[in-house]
Amino acid sequence: MSFLEYAPAPESRAILSLRDSYGLFIDGEFVDGRGTPFQTISPASEERIATISNANEADVADAVAAARRAYDNVWSRMSGRDRGKYLFRIARLVQERARELAVAESLDNGKPIKESRDVDVPLVAAWFFYYAGWADKLDHAGLGANPRSLGVAAQVIPWNFPLLMLAWKIAPALAAGNTVVLKPAETTPLTALIFAEILQQADLPAGVVNIITGAGDTGATLVAHDGVDKVAFTGSTAVGRAIAKQIAGTDKKATLELGGKAANIVFDDAPIDQAIEGIVNGIFFNQGHVCCAGSRLLVQENIHDEVVERLKLRLSTLRLGDPLDKNTDVGAINSKEQLERIRELSDVGVAEGADRWSAPCVIPENGFWYAPTIFTNVQTSSRIAREEIFGPVLSVLTFRTPAEAIAKANNTPYGLSAGIWSDKGSRILAVADQLRAGVIWANTFNRFDPASPFGGYKESGYGREGGRHGLAAYLAPSAVGRGAAQSSLAAPATAKPIETADAAPKRTRRAAQRRQTDSATKGTKR
Amino acid sequence: MTRLAVPKTYKLYIGGAFPRSESGRTYEIVAADGAFLANAAKASRKDARDAIVAARAAVAGWSGATAYNRGQVLYRIAELLEGRRAQFVAEIEEAEGVSRAVASAQVDESIDRWVWYAGWADKFAQVAGNANPVAGPYFNISVPEPTGVVAIIAPQDSSLLGLVSAIAPALVAGNSVVVVASERFPLSAISLAEVLATSDVPKGVVNVLTGSPAEIAPWLASHSDVNAIDLVGAGALDWISLEVDAADTLKRVLRPESGPDAAAPALGRITAFTETKTVWHTKSLL
Repeated sequence: MSFLEYAPAPESRAILSLRDSYGLFIDGEFVDGRGTPFQTISPASEERIATISNANEADVADAVAAARRAYDNVWSRMSGRDRGKYLFRIARLVQERARELAVAESLDNGKPIKESRDVDVPLVAAWFFYYAGWADKLDHAGLGANPRSLGVAAQVIPWNFPLLMLAWKIAPALAAGNTVVLKPAETTPLTALIFAEILQQADLPAGVVNIITGAGDTGATLVAHDGVDKVAFTGSTAVGRAIAKQIAGTDKKATLELGGKAANIVFDDAPIDQAIEGIVNGIFFNQGHVCCAGSRLLVQENIHDEVVERLKLRLSTLRLGDPLDKNTDVGAINSKEQLERIRELSDVGVAEGADRWSAPCVIPENGFWYAPTIFTNVQTSSRIAREEIFGPVLSVLTFRTPAEAIAKANNTPYGLSAGIWSDKGSRILAVADQLRAGVIWANTFNRFDPASPFGGYKESGYGREGGRHGLAAYLAPSAVGRGAAQSSLAAPATAKPIETADAAPKRTRRAAQRRQTDSATKGTKR
Repeated sequence: MTRLAVPKTYKLYIGGAFPRSESGRTYEIVAADGAFLANAAKASRKDARDAIVAARAAVAGWSGATAYNRGQVLYRIAELLEGRRAQFVAEIEEAEGVSRAVASAQVDESIDRWVWYAGWADKFAQVAGNANPVAGPYFNISVPEPTGVVAIIAPQDSSLLGLVSAIAPALVAGNSVVVVASERFPLSAISLAEVLATSDVPKGVVNVLTGSPAEIAPWLASHSDVNAIDLVGAGALDWISLEVDAADTLKRVLRPESGPDAAAPALGRITAFTETKTVWHTKSLL
């Protein structure tokens, strides 16, 4: 037994008390969906976990109606202090049931338990805790006094951080006074449904949060529903584009957090030990299923060979396998479809002339797996340097000067995140200024915090999640002025306050429809 | 003996130069009473693309200038506009058929609006940015940065004030602009371009197209190198189609506005064309 071999150390599944089937969570109750139910499986073993309801159009309408009732009758009338207290309750309940949520997340998603236990779930609690405190302080959110909530928020989230993305969406929406219909990803509905049980334990008023499960068509139906005032989506740029088109001309506000192809720039004066760990964390964290993953390594030419050599050495020590094993570093790929996409793009990389190296690891018989992989000799025009692979695949490119590094880093339609590794502070700040990306990590990577705004430039979407900016995405100024005055941080600039007919603090559905009909004359920022 | 006047040829303003439309097209601008005023250039798709290229080239310099410097440059526009106040008043009186008092009020407000936005240049980041208290040993700061190239369909019912109200806020953060002037009242836009050309605004930072917004707007909305589009003056166009076109490259979109308060001065007009950048840096042990 070498020092790298470990005895199995599986986290117990006994903490879970899963049901055999789950309904839709609408108006505070679990109800059967009227679409064809589907199975959720463990991507590590392909074993069935539970049967999940599928929301059809009528179910979506019910959920939106429940959210609207809860908004009009309860949530928009409740004091910020009480809304905050509900959110604090939820944060505490998440902490109390943290291990259970972590096990369920790893089971359903395939991510290593050490990540779900130490990253995902603690951040979920932190997100609710952070926004709980905002609920009675909205006057300080940067939109002037008495900002108003938007109404019903339709939230569609991805499968890579199922519960964390739920928290990113629900916590600010509720703090700001909106009600929610959330659709988790088709392959990872489990923790959202356990979270629904937590909402019941918290005694959250019925209809304030509704969780409907289903596939992409359910999400599209939800986003398109007339009763929705706000759309928040995290997922692919292709779907984000479709949503932007779908809601064009409507009064729906949108936050879109889309794809990325982040450059992780390593200068030759970087703290190399930390940089190696940061590169590994940047692309192999969560099997590379991270929109802000550092998937393009830009390494200064004179240290290229050393960095690649050390990366290979480090990757050879990563343990791939059972997500519930506490020693596992790399879990399962979330789905067969995703695995096929990773394989396809990797093959394209080889076909386009790059050199592929994969860590030597034993691939389990069942489930979906992909060994950590590095491509060297990658051209900037290669598809593996341009397209989001969303898997444990790193493309290595080189540069000679900082200017070249910046040019290559920005040479992408995406602009979500970037990394810089250097011991020279002035260089880091200068490079950070030049990078066209919404989140920049210097001498670190993949850090997340509820107080820190997150979101992209360019085709990585618009709007921010996290921090005061993430709160503002669910608010509008109370005296709605025209045009840009509706965007965040609006301030009446002249001595004359701008008054318009739609300045009512609480918007009714009828008001929403009225606004829609004459929206041509009332500027709104999407 | 009366002197024969020398009329001005109104052309486009692209990359700091005043070219005619490459298409060779012009259209007649008439006064409120129908009298001929001038031929304005009728910009083509190629002109729009040239303007975008010029705007893109100008982004690095303008956004890289210090906020203090940008503030001074914008203030300088107000200074020069003040000096040519009489010219603009006469132009607006003639084109819009309004009284001298009304035209004067429009010019005065335009000048004051430049001053108001100039003052924001080195302040808006303090209001829109944040130091973020993250739970770990990291320095973490969020700052607003310019979105890049902003296309603007200027308010159509105003010669100068609508135009200034739309372009000034986009410039504050360091964006460069391609603006389609009012189709009916384009002459003041070109006169303003003369002011910009002589007031330290780097070439390409503002590009002015005259002609048909209905014709030009779709090209701007669908162009891949435009980051944001302000449809403030596009209310009479099929602006929903423009928004759909803009979604292809996920452009930031501001919706049409109308009436006297269109494009009213607001901090939100500045931040609408910014992107929040959040930088994390590790704090080491002492």
